[in-house]
Amino acid sequence: MTVQLQPPFRYVGHKRRVREDRRFVAGGGHFAADLVLAGMLHCAPVQSEHPAARIVGIDASAALALPGVHAVLTGAQLAAASEPLMNGANTPLVVRYPLAVGQVRYAGEWVAMVVAESRALAEDARELVRVEYEQLPFVTDGEAAIATDAPLVHPPHGSNVLLDRRFVWGPVAERFAAAPRKLAYRVRWARSSTVPLETFAVTAQWDASQDVLDVWASIQMPKFPDQIARSLRLPGNAVRVHYDVDVGGSYGVKRGIKHAVLVGHLARVLGRPVRLVEDRLENMTGGDMQGPERVFDVELAYDDDGRVHAMKMRALDNVGAYAGRSPFQLGKPIGAIVGPYAIEAVEYHALAVASNKTPQEAVRGFGQAPTNYALETGIDQVAAALGLDRLEVRRRNFIRADQFPYLIPSGTTYDSGNYHGLLEKTVAVADLFAERDALRAQGLLAGVGIAACLEPSGGNSSFEPLLNPANRTTTWMESCRLHVDGLGGITAAMHTTTSGQAHETLVSVAVAEVLEIPPERIRVIRPDSLASLPSNSPVGSRMAIMLGGAAVRAAQKLRAQLLAIAAHDLGVSPLELRYSEGDVHAADGRKLTWQELVVIAHREYFRLPLGMEPGLSASSIYMVPTGGALPKDDKVQMYPCHSFEFHYILVAMDRVLCRPQIRRYIIGHDCGQVISPDVVKGMTLGGIAHGIGAALLEEFSIDAQTGQPTAASFMDYLLPSAHEVPHVEIVHQTTPSPLTVFGQKGSGESGYLGSPAAIAGAINDALAPHGVRVDQLPMRPALLSDLLEGTHT
Amino acid sequence: MKLVLNVNGSDRMLELEDRTSLLDALRDGVGLKGTHAGCEHGVCGTCTVLLDGEAVRSCLMLAAQAEGHAVTTIEGVTPGPGELSIVQDSFVETHGMQCGYCTPGMVLTAIALLRDNPAPTRDEIVEAISGNLCRCTGYGQIVEAIALAAERLQRSNTP
Repeated sequence: MTVQLQPPFRYVGHKRRVREDRRFVAGGGHFAADLVLAGMLHCAPVQSEHPAARIVGIDASAALALPGVHAVLTGAQLAAASEPLMNGANTPLVVRYPLAVGQVRYAGEWVAMVVAESRALAEDARELVRVEYEQLPFVTDGEAAIATDAPLVHPPHGSNVLLDRRFVWGPVAERFAAAPRKLAYRVRWARSSTVPLETFAVTAQWDASQDVLDVWASIQMPKFPDQIARSLRLPGNAVRVHYDVDVGGSYGVKRGIKHAVLVGHLARVLGRPVRLVEDRLENMTGGDMQGPERVFDVELAYDDDGRVHAMKMRALDNVGAYAGRSPFQLGKPIGAIVGPYAIEAVEYHALAVASNKTPQEAVRGFGQAPTNYALETGIDQVAAALGLDRLEVRRRNFIRADQFPYLIPSGTTYDSGNYHGLLEKTVAVADLFAERDALRAQGLLAGVGIAACLEPSGGNSSFEPLLNPANRTTTWMESCRLHVDGLGGITAAMHTTTSGQAHETLVSVAVAEVLEIPPERIRVIRPDSLASLPSNSPVGSRMAIMLGGAAVRAAQKLRAQLLAIAAHDLGVSPLELRYSEGDVHAADGRKLTWQELVVIAHREYFRLPLGMEPGLSASSIYMVPTGGALPKDDKVQMYPCHSFEFHYILVAMDRVLCRPQIRRYIIGHDCGQVISPDVVKGMTLGGIAHGIGAALLEEFSIDAQTGQPTAASFMDYLLPSAHEVPHVEIVHQTTPSPLTVFGQKGSGESGYLGSPAAIAGAINDALAPHGVRVDQLPMRPALLSDLLEGTHT
Repeated sequence: MKLVLNVNGSDRMLELEDRTSLLDALRDGVGLKGTHAGCEHGVCGTCTVLLDGEAVRSCLMLAAQAEGHAVTTIEGVTPGPGELSIVQDSFVETHGMQCGYCTPGMVLTAIALLRDNPAPTRDEIVEAISGNLCRCTGYGQIVEAIALAAERLQRSNTP
């Protein structure tokens, strides 16, 4: 049980500079592509030009004849020397290697890897690699892929269905039978992603005299060293991943396991450091970083008051050519399947389908944002069907503040919340409905968008055993180690990479709060994986809770050690001592300063308590505060903490071009006790911008006739610029979690989880007077304009 | 080919393939890693450097085209080791970044803007950075940083 520290806080929650910023703003970040090693070789992939084809032969002779070309590795060669990459779902016959073996399954798939003295030379050489293909039938549409006559992406698997699970939580049939009203609808979430500005980059070096593979990679990946070792048939302690690489954005996708296995293999066989840095085209097509692509079919059972009693949801996710962890993105939303609403019973059908598209990877929220879009669409439709105010329908369905902790039908207990409170605070900022009507009076299309949703945070992996009973992993920890050197300096170690979430600042503030020492005096390092305690990386909006928790625990142990040393030296009980800003005071006025305690610990063994180990250090391996029980009766406690966000926005567009402009963006945000205000603000603003992209601009479109990607550069896959992202007004509310060290909850996915739903709601409100609606994202101007064109008659 | 690039006030003798972009020349030839590759087709602005004070995309220029011009990278706007210029410091003050990958390009774009327009409006700041993509921040704290830098520069004696 976590003992919670109580406000007022000395450092937590106060504005303070983010320590990482100082190096980044000076160009001093250490990104993976910045590393230069003597003798380093460079890679360029040969990519498949077909969505499905048998590889008849690969002729690399002309490429290998170029001076400076060292290797052209094929899938068959790599498969002979390595184990397949790990599957998340229970699909042993869906085999995946970093390079295609025998058959290509999507346009852009890596077929061979050219290694040369320079990247430019490797690119020249790949033009000379001749791959002979025999084209095969293909399928790119998720619904078409489940038809019985669909071409099979993995023939040995016997079907394109990778995951097919039905859950019934509570009396669904009874509630539907009893409900006076029902509605059914379908929404589509197109394939988009987080698209970091830094592509994947990895360098590996094999030290043959020590049997160690050193890896520097742009990654955000749980159990990354283990997976490399397993695939390359190395002991776990023969892979050393350098976590002090700065990652140039990830938001979920920088898994990079195929990249690292491949480069690790090449470094071993070539005896030279090998580097792979994707260019943008390679990243967009073969980087395996595209996100969920879903069709939701939803039914709601509700009453005349607008209370929703039960829901049936079928989510079909087109996960692309290989399984990986992507089917699990249908599982994580189970932990907040009813959102902030007191829906009593839920049926959920999760269907992950393979197709001849780029494989899907984890994207910010791990499937939660699409699910929220589906749910919020339904709440709006209930309001429309009854002619009720959309805010009022939400008020009527919200879980009340006095109902927490609140158990939802699928087995997760929400820790805390005050949804009504934040709604009222947010709508009090402005009357957007009046502003909307004023815009309409000017002849514009205008609509108000509303979205209320949760950010489950503190990530565990309970969806793994829930969706795949063969997988019994429930342990999901984070760690921190503290060391006080002989001069009294404090160094804190975290044990994973970081990709912009200011984890070093988090650790320093958490430790500082306990030790009552300014954060600036605490150095934070990220040692390599062999010098690290276990971590599960910054996924699942977990680090404020988990790394913050580990840092506090470690600091508390260190503080206890200081008190024990002082008690022994002063000859009193630790209970009679008071710790203050590093010094320990006795009731009689005697005190030992931090420096004196350090000297005792490091140099004066004769003054240490009997049996105490010398030095000053402490560590914590902190488990998710709700523990790790296996699922029971198809229910499980998913993430421990639940942040809440309430989006309230105004969108306007002209009737001809239909370019949606967000005129006001107000968001109410409650992530419990905030640790670093500027960091949380940035996460929320960035998440909203990402959601604007998903709602209005971004799609990895594909030509259905040819299976070729049609959005493979930033010219046609559109990221929001400063023009598209409005000024955002943030309304704060603090509802502490009872489960965490400061009452904090996660905020790493904030904004993104609700903004697509809010924007879609606003556009549909704008369209409503014209009798049309759109239930697919992204809502591009052409789509809206065509739709309205049909209403002119 | 051999060429001389003037980078951050110093002439650098380089021997490069003719096809080398300015971006690759700065990173691999000069060894300044603060300039980053984002899209390498001129959209994202991550590789922005100053050429005679103007913000340009180093991925769209050949190194040879930069000969005879003054190239300024992020490493060249820092007053001294461990020190920050006013614009850089303003980005830190507002936390106008997260992962730091687009940050050098943003800072240089901001410097170019503020040189030409010492008191930009919010819309002018947005316009100026609209060619620099950031995937982390949603731009809000970047706009705040540039507005803060403008205010500070107007009050300061040094550029």
